Amino acid sequence: MITARGLEPKAAGASRTERYGRPGAAWMRSWPMVPILAFLLAAFVYPVAQLLWLSLFGKTGTFTFEHYQRLFTAPVYFTVMRNTFEIAGWTTLLCILGGYPIAYLLATTTDRARNSLILWVLLPFWTSFLVRTFAWIVLLGRRGAINSFLESAGLIEAPLALLFNMTGVMVGMVHALMPLAVLTMLSVMETIDRNLMPAAATLGARGGQAFWRIYFPLSLPGVAAAGLLVFITALGFFITPALLGSPRQTMITQVVIQQVEEMLNYPFAGAIAMLLLAMALFVFYLYDRALGMTTLAGGGTQSQSGAGEQGPLARAFSAMGGMLTAILGRATDWVAILWEALAAGKPDRTARVSGRVMLRLGVAFLLVFLAAPSFFIVPVSFTTDAFIEWPPKWGSLKWYVAVLEHPTWITAITRSLIVGFLTAALAMCLGAPAAFFLARASFLGKTAAMGFILTPLILPRIIIAVALFYFYARLGLIGSPLGLILGHTVLALPYVVITIMAVLKNYDQRIDQAAASLGASPPRVLWHVTVPLIRSGLIAAFLFAFVTSFDELTIALFVSAGAATTLPKQMWDDAILKVSPTLAAVSTLLLVFVTIVILAAEFFQRRAAKRG
Amino acid sequence: MRQPKLKTRDLRKTYGPVIALAGANLELEEGEFVTLLGPSGSGKTTMLMMIAGLVQPDSGEVWIDGRLATYAPPHKRDIGMVFQNYALFPHLTVAENIAFPLRMRGMSGTEIRREVDRALELVQLPEVGGRLPRALSGGQQQRIALARCIVYRPSIVLMDEPLGALDKKLRDQMKLEIKRLHTELGISVLYVTHDQEEAMIMSNRVCLMNNARIEQIGSPADLYFSPRSVFAADFIGESNLLEAQVAGIDGREATLIGTAGVLLKAKIREGFVVQPGEAVKLMVRPEMLSVLQAGAEADNVLEARLIDVIIVGGVTKTYARLADGKLIAATGLTHGPLDAVAKDACIRLGWAKESGVVLPRDDSAA
Repeated sequence: MITARGLEPKAAGASRTERYGRPGAAWMRSWPMVPILAFLLAAFVYPVAQLLWLSLFGKTGTFTFEHYQRLFTAPVYFTVMRNTFEIAGWTTLLCILGGYPIAYLLATTTDRARNSLILWVLLPFWTSFLVRTFAWIVLLGRRGAINSFLESAGLIEAPLALLFNMTGVMVGMVHALMPLAVLTMLSVMETIDRNLMPAAATLGARGGQAFWRIYFPLSLPGVAAAGLLVFITALGFFITPALLGSPRQTMITQVVIQQVEEMLNYPFAGAIAMLLLAMALFVFYLYDRALGMTTLAGGGTQSQSGAGEQGPLARAFSAMGGMLTAILGRATDWVAILWEALAAGKPDRTARVSGRVMLRLGVAFLLVFLAAPSFFIVPVSFTTDAFIEWPPKWGSLKWYVAVLEHPTWITAITRSLIVGFLTAALAMCLGAPAAFFLARASFLGKTAAMGFILTPLILPRIIIAVALFYFYARLGLIGSPLGLILGHTVLALPYVVITIMAVLKNYDQRIDQAAASLGASPPRVLWHVTVPLIRSGLIAAFLFAFVTSFDELTIALFVSAGAATTLPKQMWDDAILKVSPTLAAVSTLLLVFVTIVILAAEFFQRRAAKRG
Repeated sequence: MRQPKLKTRDLRKTYGPVIALAGANLELEEGEFVTLLGPSGSGKTTMLMMIAGLVQPDSGEVWIDGRLATYAPPHKRDIGMVFQNYALFPHLTVAENIAFPLRMRGMSGTEIRREVDRALELVQLPEVGGRLPRALSGGQQQRIALARCIVYRPSIVLMDEPLGALDKKLRDQMKLEIKRLHTELGISVLYVTHDQEEAMIMSNRVCLMNNARIEQIGSPADLYFSPRSVFAADFIGESNLLEAQVAGIDGREATLIGTAGVLLKAKIREGFVVQPGEAVKLMVRPEMLSVLQAGAEADNVLEARLIDVIIVGGVTKTYARLADGKLIAATGLTHGPLDAVAKDACIRLGWAKESGVVLPRDDSAA
């Protein structure tokens, strides 16, 4: 199955007596993939398959579709499903509308500007969903920052209802997922040749025509990939609707949690999780039919099929798309022409307000929307009040004292740290060899192997969580740190593999070959040459894996029983009862800690990129 | 008086403390092919970008076809540009790529089809209109980029190292191809390259650039035979640069004292003022030097110790060391079986006084 290109034995009858006279068997060289694939099969595929199986049996152990029948007949579940799709759909639309300008600016600015601007996207990307959700409670509440500002400015009489309704959920979800949309679109936009827009300009296209006819069509694969990832992730959300919405915004994952925690109806929860899985796979299927899965990996423009191979339907679509972009281009240009007529640019003077300035202003506003809210949690944590209110009454450390003196919080923090470190270590052991192999060897089914490793990143986490819950229940692993570590490793592996592969992409393999020709054995090459050169990248991968685990709630919610709780789990349990200043204090600590870890990871990753 | 197609006046650009272009003046006549030649970082691409309107100058003026265009947007300049990596639109077919500038100018469909076919015909690729750019080879993509650029007959065509991505053989072929298009269509071309051979083959005039300024503008022959600075002499072709001091001047003829006190004669170009006693450099092309047989004489003669004789094919190169230790090279046509000359033997190199060029010693005084 796995063959290294160019290394196939040339003559079958070659001498087998001489050890170096023949290449090793192809499958032997693929050993680096064995641990990670075995692990994912055991800790991911098997439990999910088992969950599917279980959802097909009734209480008496007989084969039945009763759980699925119930799903489709009870109107309450239909409402929940409609809610879920509605919320995910609107979230996707808004994330793309808001994320596109950010990604466009990042992709077309100078390298230096991008490096500093992208941090404002990465920081919210890595900041805990819980912390960001709490921040919106501070901002959107009846006595929150926005209402108190508007009231003091005399713009409103009574506080606006921004929280515990659709508005709150949308704000929270869009805020949560826009960084993902930006990063996905950026990965495609970065592959677009920067000379194309100048080329279009010299050929006589105005900004509008150049953008809509050239740039926009080329960036569409990124838009589609971002839409897919945001939609699928949004389908599995529960923190935001639970804390910022009302029961009318209940989403499907909340029902799963309810069935497990309150009703103890495991097979039914399994059936719902399976439905979610089916929905996710269906969306993937549609995406693949429309665009091809390769665009997901950031292949961008190279992966489109040739014009000659398109079917009649695809050609009709592209003709329609061509007309639409032409019309949009014209429309944009009319605005530009109108503007020029009003404020005529002279050929002997530099142009004044350009579209670029407007873009910068818009993006600045969006970046504030992404990065600023988390910081509102900080002043609240120093309040003297017993509840969250804006502006907070400053000047007390009592909530910090309360956290640090309370054994529950201390144990939770300690457990999260330990689980995080062990998860990162395990993920590195499994992921690093695979990353090396995937980055360097070319073999049949490489894309499939890559896709398989990335699956846990894309599937709604609740599916993995529920599956592991059943699996561990039978093994007696519920409530044990080992169970948590295994579960978190499934989620951390994609980040480890992606980060190390990214570093190896810039790595000149001739350095290794030089070392080998100088007499170093493969292990010594690895230890004395490769590892020191990519050390920064390895540290970055470790830190990303650590944060993934440290911040993880879904799996912790199911797998850690009441006693063995992690920090996010403890925060969630508290938040369900009441969002108090204690939570603000914990969130502030978490915010500072994760920010430091992420900045460190970014620092190491950039250093690795520079060396490569 | 005829209007130049392009004129720049004191065009200047700085990036922070770095001067990218320090006041460049250049004219491009109708139908002329001018090359900006220089090492990387000499300001040639910056200059091209400012003429294209893709980079804004700090000061100075750009005139295109008699209209001031210093800060006009690119789409209003009536220019065509060929980019180094071609910048073909990957999602449009070859025909759509070529049609793009015509569409932007609001041409009708039938007219566009006719013009596209004509352009494809012109670059000798009439069959590929329906294909996507990536289905073509590098050389073919280059031709399509040319076709897209000339199809709307812009006032000037700018080319930014368009052959940089091609291999040697294809590059040689495309040089002639571009030259053919230039003469056939009578277009005015401003071309950027760091390859002197490209510049020499295609240009009417070469604008040699160094350190963010224009070093010298002239025909290829001008630049080759009468460089005005050590940089120009060194950058174009091979050259021997000898240290010398001015002993006396008689009209346009100078007597120089070379190393070891040898007297050398050379012409001084119009406008170059030197005083007796001044230190200068004397440039002699290797092919102007000949190895003198015993008894033969020349205007200037230097003695040197032979290092090596190398046959490079059609020409033979003789390397020798002067009394002051400097290396000197002479190039002559290869003929006959070589006489076995002992290494370290003393030989005499001679040249006519017209083939020496006196250059200022300090480059900045050029």
